[in-house]
Amino acid sequence: MNAFADLYRRLDETTSTNRKIAAMAEYFERTPAADAIWAVRFLIGRKPRQVVPTRKLMAWAGEHAGISEWLFEASYDVVGDLAETITLLIPPPTRVSDRPLHVWVTQDLLPLREIDIEDRRRQILAAWDRMDAPQRFVWNKLITGGFRVGVSRRLVVRALARMSGIDAAVITHRLMGEWPATADTFQRLLSTDTSDADISRPYPFYLAHALDGAPEDLGPPKDWQVEWKWDGIRGQVIRRRGQTFIWSRGEELVTDKYPELATAAAELPDGTVLDGEILPWKEDQPLPFGELQRRIGRKRVGKKLLAEVPVSFLAYDLLEFDGRDQRSATLARRRKTLARVLAPLAGSRLMASPVVAAPDWEARRHLHGESRRRGVEGFMLKRCDSVYGVGRRRGDWWKWKIDPLTVDAVLIYAQRGHGRRAGLYTDYTFAVRQDDELVPFAKAYSGLSDAEIREVDRFIQRNTRERFGPVRSVRPELVFEIAFEGIRASKRHKSGVAVRFPRILRWRRDKTVAAADTLATLKGLLTAP
Amino acid sequence: MKTLVQTTPSGLYCAAGDFYIDPARPVKRAVITHAHADHARSGCQSYLCAREGQSVLQTRLGAEARIEGRSYGETIHLNGVSLSLHPAGHIRGSAQVRIEQGGHVAVVSGDYKTDPDPTCTPLEPLRCHTFISESTFGLPIFKWPSTDAVMAAIHAWWRENREQGLTSILFAYALGKAQRILVGLDPAAGPILTHGAVEKINRIYRREGIALPDTRYVGELEDRSLLREALVIAPPSADHPAWMRRFPKRSRAFASGWMRIRGHRRRRSVDRGFVISDHSDWNGLTATIACTGAETIGLTHGYAVEMARWLQEKGQAAEVIEMTAAAETPVDGEDA
Repeated sequence: MNAFADLYRRLDETTSTNRKIAAMAEYFERTPAADAIWAVRFLIGRKPRQVVPTRKLMAWAGEHAGISEWLFEASYDVVGDLAETITLLIPPPTRVSDRPLHVWVTQDLLPLREIDIEDRRRQILAAWDRMDAPQRFVWNKLITGGFRVGVSRRLVVRALARMSGIDAAVITHRLMGEWPATADTFQRLLSTDTSDADISRPYPFYLAHALDGAPEDLGPPKDWQVEWKWDGIRGQVIRRRGQTFIWSRGEELVTDKYPELATAAAELPDGTVLDGEILPWKEDQPLPFGELQRRIGRKRVGKKLLAEVPVSFLAYDLLEFDGRDQRSATLARRRKTLARVLAPLAGSRLMASPVVAAPDWEARRHLHGESRRRGVEGFMLKRCDSVYGVGRRRGDWWKWKIDPLTVDAVLIYAQRGHGRRAGLYTDYTFAVRQDDELVPFAKAYSGLSDAEIREVDRFIQRNTRERFGPVRSVRPELVFEIAFEGIRASKRHKSGVAVRFPRILRWRRDKTVAAADTLATLKGLLTAP
Repeated sequence: MKTLVQTTPSGLYCAAGDFYIDPARPVKRAVITHAHADHARSGCQSYLCAREGQSVLQTRLGAEARIEGRSYGETIHLNGVSLSLHPAGHIRGSAQVRIEQGGHVAVVSGDYKTDPDPTCTPLEPLRCHTFISESTFGLPIFKWPSTDAVMAAIHAWWRENREQGLTSILFAYALGKAQRILVGLDPAAGPILTHGAVEKINRIYRREGIALPDTRYVGELEDRSLLREALVIAPPSADHPAWMRRFPKRSRAFASGWMRIRGHRRRRSVDRGFVISDHSDWNGLTATIACTGAETIGLTHGYAVEMARWLQEKGQAAEVIEMTAAAETPVDGEDA
């Protein structure tokens, strides 16, 4: 595993895209296929699930290091990364080995899940004893389910393309769906033979950029197809050789989670792939995303939930028809075929996402203003002659999102951040005013510049009132404009509301606490248009 | 410790001897443990420091500052207390302050390290009743690799960069860390260039007989072809576009105890972090504290709360000495 640990270090140490690609290409060239395929899997984000509860792992590492629980936690608080904290604390190994990555994964890591907890403890301690610090760090990342390194799937694909000469789009497609991590798979991944035969394999999703200018600047309105931007789960429905596969954008096979969609999809002709959105849908309109969350976590859904939160699939696009890849046809053409394919399924839970019929930008702006009331996030703008690309490209597809809701709120609690923000107070709780009280309503972690983060960190260090474990209460003085995508009433929150995707929009240095918004103002947004 | 040393808004104060240790504000009489900016501030009427550090302190505070230098171990009698300065091994001239009155001994450590450093006199372990220790790196996650291993890693990084035609920029605190690294560098490996702030301190160290390898001040460099193979030592404050643009092809690294934590390295977005500190690591702190045999331990700076609790668990009387904001060293401070 030395080579993989070294690769991790090299990727982690540089911010240069070129150096990252070079490091990966070099690794893939030198590494046996049986190891390389696991590296590919982990690097593109298919990390193994956590094999030990965090609490247990912390306890074992603390015992092994000979320190009390609170000191372990204080250390964790400063390091901001569990795998790293353990690596820094435990005593040095006695018999370092260099077993191959695939041996560690298949013989040690994956079986951990199957054995009882005491055996797990023994195995993990034994593993630590055979690894140097870089290997331990990677191992800990794997067993905590937190494996992540600063490369995107695109970079991994570029490295594979560079070392093999195979087209990046072909590799991207081959990496979709489910495949066993074997030497064979790695060889097939880079094979010049393009007759791939996996019938479950989805296509890479084409993604849009956020619109940064005015839609009018995009040119003639007739060149652009406008769709509602639904607030659900992007997915692909595949019907091939009499079988149905439903994939989420996270490339999870979710066919069993949405039986109503599987039933509807059975009516599709063989050799059809649809791109669209899985939405909680009742009486011709979407339910709030929160309802869909009730279904996301379930492997099997009961009758009651199926009746309460039925889902529909609103198709945006047609990627395969009659067994043929349609991605290089124009959007206009693909939509036409899509309509034809879905016509026989009218009234089912599979339908085409409607194209918004508004002739000019002014009319479109008007409809865009109704987004929140209609339960959508805004518009998608797609050039009518655009092909279905790979990854996220600028130019042909844009997200035109509605402006978030905002309030001015007071910073009252702070906690140290993780990862790049370890050691700094970057995780904040914000409150709004109610009479003489401050009522917390949201936590936010992002939105400030590095310089602002440092300044707020210094303020917190100097204005701490109380400490509750890792959390500090802070003299209420700083006011920030907090943005969020949605708001709903909630009995579980002290404020009586729950907000979605809260983040810091800007620091309101011009405002005092007395000028911050009140809970009444916040609740007023519950009925926002 | 209430008796000999107390905390005041201006910093640690010895009432019996009427002097402050590393005061945060201007006072009549200041005893300075070392010349880093968060310990030595201008504006006091008079200063006392270890002779080994006098020139550096004078350079930092300005020619008009009234500074008296004393040998390590020399006893000074001040209003009935005996005061002496003892090596702390942090940087050149760094001192622990030993105060004795009526058979009671208190020691204020200042910043100190146990690791070897050829540029300064090594830490002298002292026995005392009360020990006020720094705890900048007072958590068990902070354990330093050997200086030799770190120097080898720096050389390897430099070599890699030379092969790719990149200038190696190593950020290190101008006073102390920069010179400690310089002493460990192999002058045959390539040209060594320095930032003005580093070169200024180098001159003093050389004058005092510390054998630093030859360095060239970047500002006077004429042969720019040297840049492709050079190692440049600069203070972290030089890491801004105006100064860095003279090195179009470069690799950046930072030398600090904070580099032990990935998050700190990534936040600085440097290519490499080298774990080398002029402070003690956890083992150094705990061993030094044990060595004093002190009945009471006071802790300042950094992870004082955590160290105090850890010592209390071991049955040791320990408490946090709260510093005013002005006297507190920020995380990522000048000298770590």
